[in-house]
Amino acid sequence: MGKQIPKKISPSGIEALLTTREILIFCGSGGVGKTTVAAAAALAAVQNSNAKVMVLTIDPARRLADALGLESLGNIETRVPDSLLVQAGITPKGELYAAMLDTKASWDDLVVRYAPSQEVIDNIFSNNLYQNITSRFIQSHDYIAMERLFQLHSSGHYDLIILDTPPTRHAVDFLDAPKRMADFFGGRLLRWLTLPYRAGGGRGGRFVNLASRPFFRIADRILGNDFVQDIAEFFVNFQSMYDGFVERSKAVEQLLHDRRTSFVVTTTLEGAPLREAQAYCEQLKVRNLPLGALILNKLLPDFFRTETSISAARVLIEKMPEIAAQLGSDPKVISDADEISRVLTTITSTFTEYAIVAEREAELQVELSGLPEMVATIPLFSDDVHDLAGLGRVGSRLWVS
Amino acid sequence: MTTPEPVSSSFKSSDADWLDRRLILFTGKGGVGKSTVAAATALLAASQGKKVLLVDNDSTGNLAALFEHSEVGFTPTEIYPGISALQMETEASLREYLNLQLRLPLAGRVGPLANAFDFIAAAAPGVKEILTMGKICWEVREALEGRAPWDIVIVDAAATGHVVSQLDAPRAIRELVKVGPVANQTEWIIKILSDPQLTELHVVTTPEEMPISETIQLIKSLEDRVDVALGNVIVNRVLPEPFNRNDSVVFESLKSDAATEILHRNAGLGTDEVLAAAELAVSLRRNQVSHITRLRAAVDLPLVYLPYLFVRDHGLRVTRVVAEALENEMSTGARNG
Repeated sequence: MGKQIPKKISPSGIEALLTTREILIFCGSGGVGKTTVAAAAALAAVQNSNAKVMVLTIDPARRLADALGLESLGNIETRVPDSLLVQAGITPKGELYAAMLDTKASWDDLVVRYAPSQEVIDNIFSNNLYQNITSRFIQSHDYIAMERLFQLHSSGHYDLIILDTPPTRHAVDFLDAPKRMADFFGGRLLRWLTLPYRAGGGRGGRFVNLASRPFFRIADRILGNDFVQDIAEFFVNFQSMYDGFVERSKAVEQLLHDRRTSFVVTTTLEGAPLREAQAYCEQLKVRNLPLGALILNKLLPDFFRTETSISAARVLIEKMPEIAAQLGSDPKVISDADEISRVLTTITSTFTEYAIVAEREAELQVELSGLPEMVATIPLFSDDVHDLAGLGRVGSRLWVS
Repeated sequence: MTTPEPVSSSFKSSDADWLDRRLILFTGKGGVGKSTVAAATALLAASQGKKVLLVDNDSTGNLAALFEHSEVGFTPTEIYPGISALQMETEASLREYLNLQLRLPLAGRVGPLANAFDFIAAAAPGVKEILTMGKICWEVREALEGRAPWDIVIVDAAATGHVVSQLDAPRAIRELVKVGPVANQTEWIIKILSDPQLTELHVVTTPEEMPISETIQLIKSLEDRVDVALGNVIVNRVLPEPFNRNDSVVFESLKSDAATEILHRNAGLGTDEVLAAAELAVSLRRNQVSHITRLRAAVDLPLVYLPYLFVRDHGLRVTRVVAEALENEMSTGARNG
């Protein structure tokens, strides 16, 4: 015991970000309550400021939809009705909106926006691979999330957009998504691969030269001929959108570096999520991206570590028979000494077990004192946060007025 | 600590020999302890004298750490007596595939393989997924045909969001690629995955709101889209029930004014906090039970419970404790079943 928890870890401070930023990107590993915390932050902003706040989630499990009491979310931006908020005991000053990322629909939007002609749009939409790439291909989520964020931001409808990022295993993948996409479309490899098509004079010359390239000879052997042609055709079509894509990717990347954007890393004080959160903070620093705050979620209450509780538990254990006898002989206490002794034993052993976890959490908090960023803490609630009232309770820990 | 009725493990009668499968996969939402359960299962299989290949497909690469071994690569490395581990790397898997299956010594021929691989992986749907499943099933097939020593291949598979597309990849690819060597390859992969005598998939979860909701959804989409036999739902980190019904009454009486006064006099005002701690433990547990009840109602699979461990660290010691708990649960279940 007795380790000092650094002063800067206090349950406050996120309100500054919620009022001064236009975009907050919530990241962290799975299971730390990131979606909940992001939604709670949005709610806190709506409760405390006259702002239009959008919370955008990418999570395929539709957790946010549950938490916001909405039947379903889609790419469509939905206003959470004030009546629902009021029902949950929350008086909104601003307006709360929510949307969930529909990867497929977002890709379709992009194609329609950047394709040079209706013919290209039709070609892309009818390509066998397009369906698969957009709906099954996991990595495309990262990029499209950023893209959608950009779109929502440039619509100018919202004062604050909160993005709940996908639970990616490689934080870096997500951060680098716009750049990767630009590199990919501008890459030499892609140009080289699609050269025979373009040199052949558009669709008429599509099979010319292909077989002469060793790459295609091998790829044909491995993947089958139709498949390779589908791939090549897909990319030829995508190439025509190159300029639009690259420009857009750059704009998205710029937005991430903008002063109006901050990243918020959420974690619990468990070994693996914490290591990941630390790695994430590092990566943000390396990329010169603004880390606004670190939120420690689901912490055990302080009373496991106070001098008074620890000493009380010790005395209860040491003087168990005596205390049980006193309690058992008191006419107002209905149980006998044996029963009381058994229950007190359970109580103290429960306390001791949880205190081990609380102590580990405290040690990890000390470790975090090396991180200079704003740190907020949210305690573990004895029941789940699954409705607006619960989100409001979490939100009140983020916005301390 | 007593275990109340809503939380007792149930098993299929066949589960006594669950380790007789040749391929066991574990999936689940991130953070529920999927890797620990996979590692514990490996330990259990090894303790029965089986040769185990443990595949880490969860790119954090911490599976070997659960055996207090340094990180491993794509080549199986013994990390514990009887247990070899490998870290899935799709590019290495492609290299191996080209060399072994197609006899194409591609490396160094067509420019840097990394570039070509990035292209293929980015262009072709499910390429990474099929390379992963292909490598896993290839190890199983080698073992079945006596060319690899594994009695069992245990996989710490992808998390909830990815596992369906991973297991679905062979079928999806077969639809896309109708001819050629790849089409042929998908056939035997599908055969291994869909044989319930060979392959079983377990879902790991924790008794919390979101993990349980995700588990229910995952199992639905696995049943709809994937032809792999589902085994158990392993509910990890189940908190103990502090009080039985009688003791709950006694606990309530300890909160009365008369009792509080006696407790304060003997052990100080801190007894309030100690009692509050027990109260928290009671509500956390009650909460867990409600989620488990929800899971039971929604899912028609046997549930297996592993206790929450009040320990400071991970590592081999914890892996052993979980393996023991798993063994107890499985053998109890088999008797009951």
